[in-house]
This record gives sequence, structure tokens and C-alpha cells, in this order.
Amino acid sequence: MEPIETFYDVMRRQGVTRRSFLKFCSLTAAALGLGPAYTAKIAHAMETKPRTPVIWVHGLECTCCSESFIRSAHPLVKDVVLSMISLDYDDTLMAAAGHQAEAALADTIERYKGNYILAVEGNPPLNEDGMFCIVGGRPFVDQLRETAEHAKAVISWGSCASHGCVQAARPNPTRATPVHKVITDKPIIKVPGCPPIAEVMTGVITYMLTFDRLPELDRTGRPKMFYSERIHDKCYRRPHFDAGQFVESFDDEGARRGYCLYKVGCKGPTTYNACSTIRWNEGVSFPIQAGHGCIGCSEDGFWDKGSWYARLQDVHQFGIEANADQIGGVVATGVGGAVAVHAAVSALKRAQVKRQSSANREEA
Amino acid sequence: MSHDSKASPAATASPEDPQAGKLGPGEERVLPSSVKQTSVYVYEAPLRLWHWTNAAAILVLIVTGYFIGKPLPTVSGEASDHFVMGYIRFAHFTAGYILAIGFMFRFYWSLVGNHHAKQLFRLPLHRRDWWREVWFELRWYLFLEKRPRKYVGHNPLAQLAMFIFITLGTLFMIVTGMALYAEGALRGSWQDTLFGWVIPLVGQSLDVHTLHRLGMWVMITFIIIHVYVAIREDIMSRQSIVSTMISGERTFKDDDPL
Repeated sequence: MEPIETFYDVMRRQGVTRRSFLKFCSLTAAALGLGPAYTAKIAHAMETKPRTPVIWVHGLECTCCSESFIRSAHPLVKDVVLSMISLDYDDTLMAAAGHQAEAALADTIERYKGNYILAVEGNPPLNEDGMFCIVGGRPFVDQLRETAEHAKAVISWGSCASHGCVQAARPNPTRATPVHKVITDKPIIKVPGCPPIAEVMTGVITYMLTFDRLPELDRTGRPKMFYSERIHDKCYRRPHFDAGQFVESFDDEGARRGYCLYKVGCKGPTTYNACSTIRWNEGVSFPIQAGHGCIGCSEDGFWDKGSWYARLQDVHQFGIEANADQIGGVVATGVGGAVAVHAAVSALKRAQVKRQSSANREEA
Repeated sequence: MSHDSKASPAATASPEDPQAGKLGPGEERVLPSSVKQTSVYVYEAPLRLWHWTNAAAILVLIVTGYFIGKPLPTVSGEASDHFVMGYIRFAHFTAGYILAIGFMFRFYWSLVGNHHAKQLFRLPLHRRDWWREVWFELRWYLFLEKRPRKYVGHNPLAQLAMFIFITLGTLFMIVTGMALYAEGALRGSWQDTLFGWVIPLVGQSLDVHTLHRLGMWVMITFIIIHVYVAIREDIMSRQSIVSTMISGERTFKDDDPL
């Protein structure tokens, strides 16, 4: 077995100059929120460490994660795919197909047992023995279990793998299930979003390769460096929120002035993601900048929380769809009415008792 | 006689035995009305202060909370000239802290205060006679009992309602509220360390917002019932209610033992 090349070897072989390589290292350090001192560390790691193989599998998904990933600007996805990781299997990106592809997968698992990273895009449907998603003639859930068995760690790309997303939305006919509920014995990094931001995806991979460990995760398993703050916390329209200046309806004066989209249902205040800082397409824009509220795509079950254009989410427990204010309003009005009736009856009773007692006094 | 009167040392000073119990000077007296009224010191000053502070905090929390979920109409002009949502949220958070600190104080007071101060935190659920009294009070409110009973502290039904709405309700609002506050205070803040677990437990941030807002409506419902029942009992029951939370004195309108 030939020795595995280091990242640097590969990059040099690709014609990347030493200067470009160092530039890439400092850009990566900046993207990860690390100090300048880490540039050297990243460079050193890449010069000495063998490339980490990555197996990238696709379950029930729309490939928007891959589409996002290949548009990464910093680091350029070319660098990630061709230089940093050895993307040994990805049925969407790879040249091989059919039996050739499946052979590559088996070979990678065998060769790098316990050392490769499994990246999962999409999720497995569990109903009907997983027959709703077939890869290479077999249910995807089988492929997922087999590839996960010898993986070092699992990355759940996007909301599908992390939370279930649209295919798991009510009533979830195929019982699409997020990865962490199927694979329970491996460290899992959730990178939610529909899709996740490209730089977040490459940043997570770069961190894992450079430091040979998982990034620090929050309570729900998301990397803290990208999912610690809400869209709202870093939104450039936040001053309008604090001032009380809102878009009341689309195309009104407030919308033209770029006021806060809170009242038209922006989910920025409840959504953890890096859109308002990293933005999209090389930092060009993000939904709120384009005048549309955040729909909360990186949050669990965002399809089932009612309208994307309403502030209060729907509550389904009552059989009908209603929001907290409607339910509360009905209850409070009902109780208020009951109180009024009760007060009236009480007054009548009291008047009756008084009449009786005065009658009794007269008799006495 | 009610369970409460039996259990409480103060309640041994029920009206038929005016000399019993240490009531302090001037607390047992005959009022110059046609019906004899006797009084017992029930609510100590710190407790009364808590009640009204808490009431004010809840009022501010409901009004500001309502407008956080459904903001006021847009103000025009420069963003730098206004801070409407900022002030509303500041008032909400401040009142929230007052509520939370008050709640902790109230729990402390249930340990060191008099017998009645314990009622909000300790329910005698295992006592059959207590449940019988709850049933009796229900019948009284359903007009099935002609004559109400006398209670020095809360009647058992009121105690049950207070426990559900105020003890559990406030606790729920504090925990969910602090979890939401922790989102702005960011990871690593003490609010996040103490209450951040609530959000993944419930699902996601939006779910906690919804529960917190439903909690607001529960509190509004509680206030409607509480104010109505307090006034009604003040008129129809045999003891003072509203003035008791101001003076601390519970006066009885008659001398009958039961």
C-alpha cells in the first residue's frame, strides 16, 4: 500500500505555489475565527498530515447541500475536494458510476477502517424496510449503517441529515429519520441549513482535518463556531428592530426603507446560523438582505411551525391550527364570560339571601 | 372547622376564643359594627410587599410581552432616533428579573415566614380532609352550599389554584423566560449555563417562544379569576380578602364557630 500523500504534497502536485498555499492557510484560519498564529499551525498540519479520506453518501435529499458546497469561496471547494480531503466516494461528484462506484466505496472502507469521515447528505427513510430510498440496488439505510460502522466521525450535512427537513415534515409518510437517530454510536456533527452555507461546510471539514478532532459542539451537536448566535443577533437590520421600525407588509414604505422583517414572519430571532455574518455566494447577500424574512431553515422541524410569514407559530394540539394568541384569547374570553355569568348569579343569590334574612327578621 | 384553622397555631385564635394565640397588640378586636368582626394577623409585611411587587411585575411582563410578540405600529424617522422595542424589551427583562428574584425570596419566606407563608409551596395532598374541603369549596362556588366556611389563610381550593398558577406557573415562566433571555446573553453566559438546556429539551427556540406566550395567556386567565374571586369572596364570604393583602389583618364578619 503506497503511503498516503499529505495535503501539501497534493497541493504542490496540483501546481499550487507555496505562496498560494500559505494564503489559503491564513484564509482558512480567518474563516474558522482563529487568530493569526494558527496560520502556521494549519500550514504545519497540512504539510505533515496524510489526507483524510471522506465518504460522502446521499440519502433522501435534493442535493442542495452539494450545490452549496461546490460554491464555497473560502476555502475554494477546488482546494477542499482536490487537495485537502480525499473524497473517495461521492455518488454525485465522482466520475465513476455503477459497480465501479460501489467497488470504490467498499475499497475505501476496507483500506481506511476507523480513519475516514462519513459525510451524510439527506436521511434514510425507515418505513417499508427503507424501500423509499434505494442506492446501488439496496436501501440507503443499509449503506448508511455499513459506512458508519468503521467511520471515525459522521457529519450530518444540512437539515435533512440533522433534523429530517421536508421529507420528515408532517405526516412523514416514509418515516424519514435524521442520521443521529439511526447511528447512535459515533460522534455526529450536525451542520443544519437548507442548504448549509458553503463556507460553513468547508470550514467544518478544514477544522477537522487540520486539528484532527471534532470542532466544539453545542448542546444539540452543532459546531459552536458557526451556530452560536441567531441570525437576529448579527442582522444588519437589527437597529430597525430595536427602534420599532418594521415592514408591515411586503412592498410597503418600510420594506423599501429596509426595515426589520419581524412582523412579516422573519424567523431570524429563533434561528441559529451564520447567514448574517458569512452570507452567501462569496458574501454577496443573504435572504434578509434580499428583503425576505429568514424562514429558519437550520432549525428543527421548520416546515411544521406554521406560516413563514407569521410571527406566532401554529399549535396543532387542538386539532385545528391556531396560534398562541388565538388559543389564549379564546380561553381568556371564555373565562371572562364565565366570570361575568358567575358574578351575576352570585349577585342574584346574595339578593335572594338578603331578602330572606330581612323577611326572617320581620317575622321575628 | 377548616383544616387550615386546625393546623395553624394562629388559627387556634379563631373567633370563638379571642384570648388564644399570640396575636400581638391590637390584633384581636371588636369592631364597632352591628356584626362583631374579629381579626387575625395573616400576611406578614414582606409577604404583602412581595404580593404587590409580583403583581406589578406580572402586569408589566404581560403588557410588554404582548408587544414583543406583536409589536406596536412602525415608527417613522431615523432608526437612531427611536428605541421603542429596546425599551419594551428592557422593561420586560427588568420585570422578569424582579419576578424571578421575588420568587426566590418568596420561597425563602416560606421557610422562615409564618404558617400561611408555607401554603404556596406545601400542599397537604395526602390529607383526606383537605381534599374534602377542596370539594366543599367547589360546591360553594357552584352555588350548592348556602353558607361558606371560615378560613384564616387560603381556603384549600384557593391554595390549590395558587399552587398551580403562581408556584408552578411562575416557575414555568421564569424557566422558559430565562432560556429565551439566554439566547441573547449568548453561549457561556450564566443564563445559558443554567437554563440553556430548556430549548433543545422542548425542540427549538420557536417552540419555547410559543410555550412562553401560552404561559402569558395562562397568567392573564389567572388574573381574571383571581381578581374576580378575591372581590367576590370579600363580599360573600365570612372573612376579609382584599384588605388582608394590604393590612395583613384577616377580619371575620361573624363569631360563629363554623
